[in-house]
Amino acid sequence: MPRTTIDLPYQVEHISILDEDGNLDHDLEPDLSEEFLLRLHRYMLLGRRFDERMLKLQRQGRIGTFAPIQGQEASQLGSVAALRDSDWMAPAFRESAAQLWRGQSMESFLLYYGGYFRGGEIPEGIRNLPVAIPVGTQILHAVGLGYAIKVHGQDDVAMVFFGDGATSEGDFHEAVNNAGVFKTPTIFVCQNNQYAISIPRSHQTQAKTLAQKALAYGVPGIQTDGNDILAVYVAAIEAVERARAGEGPTLIENVTYRLSVHTTADDPTRYRDEEEVAVWEKREPISRFQRYLKDKGMLTDNAITALEDEIKDEIAEAVDKAEERMETLKDEAITMFDHLYAERPAYLEEQRQAFAAHWEKA
Amino acid sequence: MAKMTMVQALNLALHQEMEKDDAILVLGEDVAVDGGVFRVTEGLLEKYGELRVIDTPLAESAIIGTAVGMAIHGLKPVCEIQFSGFSYLAFHQLESHAARMRWRSRGAYHVPLVLRTPYGGGVRALEHHSESRESYYAHTPGLKMVIPSSPRNARALLVSAMRDPDPVVFFEPKSIYRAFREEVPDEEEALPIGSAQVVREGNDLTLISYGAMMQPTLTAADRLAEEDGIQADVIDLLSISPLDEETCVNSVRKTGRVVIVNEAPRSFGPAAEVMARLIEKSFWYLEAPIRRVTGYDVIIPLFAYEQAYLPDAQRILRVARETLDVVS
Repeated sequence: MPRTTIDLPYQVEHISILDEDGNLDHDLEPDLSEEFLLRLHRYMLLGRRFDERMLKLQRQGRIGTFAPIQGQEASQLGSVAALRDSDWMAPAFRESAAQLWRGQSMESFLLYYGGYFRGGEIPEGIRNLPVAIPVGTQILHAVGLGYAIKVHGQDDVAMVFFGDGATSEGDFHEAVNNAGVFKTPTIFVCQNNQYAISIPRSHQTQAKTLAQKALAYGVPGIQTDGNDILAVYVAAIEAVERARAGEGPTLIENVTYRLSVHTTADDPTRYRDEEEVAVWEKREPISRFQRYLKDKGMLTDNAITALEDEIKDEIAEAVDKAEERMETLKDEAITMFDHLYAERPAYLEEQRQAFAAHWEKA
Repeated sequence: MAKMTMVQALNLALHQEMEKDDAILVLGEDVAVDGGVFRVTEGLLEKYGELRVIDTPLAESAIIGTAVGMAIHGLKPVCEIQFSGFSYLAFHQLESHAARMRWRSRGAYHVPLVLRTPYGGGVRALEHHSESRESYYAHTPGLKMVIPSSPRNARALLVSAMRDPDPVVFFEPKSIYRAFREEVPDEEEALPIGSAQVVREGNDLTLISYGAMMQPTLTAADRLAEEDGIQADVIDLLSISPLDEETCVNSVRKTGRVVIVNEAPRSFGPAAEVMARLIEKSFWYLEAPIRRVTGYDVIIPLFAYEQAYLPDAQRILRVARETLDVVS
């Protein structure tokens, strides 16, 4: 009875297809249409520019605190690009590019971060959950969504986003374990952006990868270069296809970097140095994807300039619309009494009327 | 004596107690290298080292659950939960274990931990960053629940919380973290947990509040004096549990009229408990129905409407005047 090594069903793979120097692995390159690739590029750029605009608006006091996405565009868009409209998507709080791809409007973000809960409205027919701020708590919902998909006999999937910090929360472990046991069509997308506010990934866990955490629960885990949109997409589409085929969940770790602040209330110079940021600036996802598209003859500098102008106008229009809307919503504080229950109980209606009377007299 | 903000005063309390007592350690998310997101734990890592000032992985339940073990084995953990809205992830460790260990072990073990956490609205924050849900903790047998209202009493109460042999939940009113400064003595100062303070004296009306709501309550008291010639007794509860019933009862026996102010949702909130105690102990002294000014029974709105949610001096004044108008 010697000691033996237990043969685990999975190994952890790392996928990289398009590296920071523009080298391409032709064997792994996915066969995607020009239209689809250009759409991905458009949303990456839109995500980046919208984020930059929000940062300015926040600094000017026109919106409140939010969590910028800079550097994580590929990690988000490569993942949701593998979904179809009937699939479900559950964001954490740093997924604006993914949410825009999934049909949420820029105005809704501006309203939400401008302090109006109206911004949380989910447009008709869109299967996105609202932003979830308590870390890791939404991960279990994607297991429940996946279970419901099975009960309904559908072949949709549920994709949930969370960060490296969330993998320390109990909810993450409970979610991956339950998804494994129930074999739900759930795609766990961990955006490992290297920091949970000030805590570096190395202090979050002694594990070599976050992807390997799935293995303990009998679920496949895979790691990607999360700044390589082709690698992110390939990992996501494989996981989605497996889930649709009834083969259960997957954990994907996209290794990326938060180039900006945790939120606009954070000062990263207290815990990381500029040289580290500079290394990751070189690895950022948009320029490498642009180089790829140019090499394929799908994109030119002129086309980028034209697209930048178009996006600038779109964002400006969204900001105008949102600020106009805020102006009209300003005096509707009484809506704080809405949407708490299907039917407002009598005691709450009484409070609502007292509220109205107070503001009338004031 | 130096003029300090509440953040500085809390930081002073941590520095002085850690200096004196090697059993005290600080743990939480971003408390060491970053010095806490509000900088309350600034400089502790440099002075006391990483064994006693711990940046934990991101897991609230782990912070409190680990602290329970530490506390059972002779340490005095001071846990920071970054916002009280995230303390629910740790709630079961508090309720199921921290609050019960003394009882369950029939006194063999006790859990001298402190849970520090910022609470309350008024800072234009995101969802889950503005709640005032002290009732959850005050309602839990085995926990103490403390809420300071100024730099000086924050420091003195945190010192007592760290010295307390039982678990103390310590809510810090983040809207006044840096709103004003107050003289804080260099030498040690501790305020007993479970004692309220009468911060202004009068015979016409009693105003009872705590935490961030002391500011609008005191403004209302000033305006009552200036505009109505009414002198209010103003009580700062400081501890929600144990509640200082005696101070409240004595005041109401004198004034016969009382308004209680809390930021928390109205139903089953601290004001309701104070009302119940006053009815039990001073019913025959009342000259008007006891009134309360509170948050509404809704989720505190995102910041565009939060000022409309929060009790302010105007609301307190209106209710105080209605109370004074009652002819007994």
